[in-house]
Amino acid sequence: MLERYRREISVALAIVALAAVLALAAPGFFTLQNQTDLLLTNMPVLIVALGMTLVILAGQIDISVGSVFAICSVAAGEFAKMGLPTPIAGLAACATGAAFGAINGALTAYVRIPSIVVTLAMMVAIRDGLRWATQGAWVQNLPAGFQWFGLSQSASQAATFLCALLLACGFAWGLRNLAAGRAVYATGSNASAARLAGIHPDLVTCAVFAITGALTGFAAVLNSVRFNQIPSNAGLGLELKVIAAVVVGGAAITGGKGTILGTLLGMILLGVIGPALTFLGVSAYWERAIQGVIILAAVAIDAIRARSGKYAGSPAAAGA
Amino acid sequence: MPTPLLEATSITKSYAGLRALSHVSFDLRPGEVHALIGENGAGKSTLIKIITGAVTADSGSLSVRGQPVTHNSPDIARALGIAAIYQQPSLFPHLTVAENIALAVESGSVWRRLDWKARGRLAVELLARAGAALDPEKLVGGLSMPEQQLVEIAKALGANASILIMDEPTASLSDREVESLFRVVALLRSHGVGIVYISHRLEEISAIADRVTVLRDGHTIATCDMKDVDRAELIRLMVGRELSAVFPKRPIAIGERALCVAKLGNRATGVHDVNFEVRRGEILGIAGLVGSGRTQLAEIIFGLTPTDDGALEVGDWGILRPCSPAGAIQVGIGYVPEDRRQHGVVLEMPITANISLANLAAVSRAGLISEARECALAEQYIGQLRVKASSPYAEAGSLSGGNQQKVALARWLATKPSVLILDEPTQGVDVGSKSEIHKLMCDLAEAGMAIIMISSELPEILGMSDRIAVMHAGTIAGFLSREEATQQKILALALGHGLDN
Repeated sequence: MLERYRREISVALAIVALAAVLALAAPGFFTLQNQTDLLLTNMPVLIVALGMTLVILAGQIDISVGSVFAICSVAAGEFAKMGLPTPIAGLAACATGAAFGAINGALTAYVRIPSIVVTLAMMVAIRDGLRWATQGAWVQNLPAGFQWFGLSQSASQAATFLCALLLACGFAWGLRNLAAGRAVYATGSNASAARLAGIHPDLVTCAVFAITGALTGFAAVLNSVRFNQIPSNAGLGLELKVIAAVVVGGAAITGGKGTILGTLLGMILLGVIGPALTFLGVSAYWERAIQGVIILAAVAIDAIRARSGKYAGSPAAAGA
Repeated sequence: MPTPLLEATSITKSYAGLRALSHVSFDLRPGEVHALIGENGAGKSTLIKIITGAVTADSGSLSVRGQPVTHNSPDIARALGIAAIYQQPSLFPHLTVAENIALAVESGSVWRRLDWKARGRLAVELLARAGAALDPEKLVGGLSMPEQQLVEIAKALGANASILIMDEPTASLSDREVESLFRVVALLRSHGVGIVYISHRLEEISAIADRVTVLRDGHTIATCDMKDVDRAELIRLMVGRELSAVFPKRPIAIGERALCVAKLGNRATGVHDVNFEVRRGEILGIAGLVGSGRTQLAEIIFGLTPTDDGALEVGDWGILRPCSPAGAIQVGIGYVPEDRRQHGVVLEMPITANISLANLAAVSRAGLISEARECALAEQYIGQLRVKASSPYAEAGSLSGGNQQKVALARWLATKPSVLILDEPTQGVDVGSKSEIHKLMCDLAEAGMAIIMISSELPEILGMSDRIAVMHAGTIAGFLSREEATQQKILALALGHGLDN
């Protein structure tokens, strides 16, 4: 059991160590207000990271999530302004995200363009298309029921938190207990063996991209309702945050290996480090540098372990 | 008698204790075509690797033009004028013909300036000498297989090769393309180049070779002038071995028909008009040379490659057209592929998930995978197949090759197929595991499974099969019953030679 969750345990230990340092040096970090802020900022990122975990497990990558996040944010606002009730506008935004995801997936799985190229093109095309369409203007004059879904701020925040938690649990459970989850792991680890075992790897690839798109749309909605206007350039750099969390959580970038729990822990570690630095009086400029070091350290540990012979002869593990 | 171009004397080579070559001698004279023949695994490739410096012999000597070669390496061999052309050309598809030739011919510092005009001229000249009308500016990726082989020959000429090794050069060529290749061979021979020619096609060898050397089980069996031997004699020389291993085959009552295959074929893979049936309790061996389409046939039956025409009749399921692996699994066909490392096990997954992968329904309740059932299933097969693993949750990638093969086999046994296709079930397996797998095959047949076993190993085919289908050039050339089958008859069919002569 310890062996199976080695990465999850080491990331959890790192989080505990960081928390201990904070508790001693900057107890102000643990105020309710600060914790709530931290949670709310990171919930959307976590939801996108769930989808990214699937994509990376299936042996692909999606760097268009930041741009899809932006277009879904704007779409949610515009749908609401068209008079749709907020939940319907939200669902429509999710569908928009799923559609872009499905295009990514179809181009990767059926046209066989490498996913990094497909999603790079998608990232640039959506980002600049959106800039052209909105002329950089934010979505304003949102209907009254849009912000906080028309609920009280605290109720809406609780709902957001609950949604993210349920989604995380649902994906973790499904990856473990459903045949569909197995299909994702098998596709990412050895697509030809998966095909022989009666799985349709192309369909799996297409599906994980579509799911990621839908989740990105959902995350965009949860993020948009926090403010009374929606920026047209939301989600800049989101893809990097998300991929970093998945990789630090122990997923192999070559596919087939990783867990939702790992992603969750990776997310917490990387999400906490920035604000923690501020509380510890370290310049915020160090945030990115330290995050980079964490990512490198995590990947290097994998590579060194792979070379030390535990997975001798497994080329996939060497790239992890 | 002139000094031989190449002389290998008493070459011995073992891999991990297994004797691949034992005191093999071979010589090549200027301007001759010397054929090298033998069954799969007779030691042809090892001998070629020693001559080209890819591996080092344990003992024996090699000399080129009378000069002993004490140390050999691919570079030294190239400098000595030895070049090899393989069945699959090893060219750079994204570079032009001229660049490919230049890379093989030019030498010097990496900072030297490239003379593009000279490269072009050289390519034109070498292609002309190889008898090839090719545009040197064309990308190699766009050339046909025989054109690519001509580029390989031009490369060899450019390196001033006087010893040319051709390993199955015609395996992927049509008859017309073979003819033009032979014209080039004749041209080279007239320039004094010595050619080592390896082929399974005896008719080609009688057409082109001056002398022939037969290898069997790592020994030189005979070297003779081509005019002194006929094809039947060559086949006899290639086989001539007693069944060495004892196979645990038990007589098992043959039951009703489990699978009937009618007119299957796929033009792109060269398989055509395959008809056969296999019954419950029967082991049908599929023999044939490498490239005869055995694996491709299995892939068509399993639905991996679409069939152009024809259908399957599976047990109670009636007549159907193979469409996908999922469909094949549903009707009870299992397929253990040849390359189990690449297509069989999922290295990152634990043994449990590997075994249940093709039949998750068996370990699920209401669509949910039950970890307890999965573990029980894994433990059952770990026990039955004697997989050596620290726990059922160990990653498949951490197991040894033989144990990975057993895990792949367990996955298909777990689907409880009525027809099991085994592609080279004991390739790369040590002797102990080999007889375990053979015994298991008998147990499965006894339990009513129909087994189709593809194998390149003739003793295995003869020892394990109730009936043998021999493939040649994409279709079944003939069936032999267990009683009438001999190595000679199988090889004769596999070589497209027929049984009568």
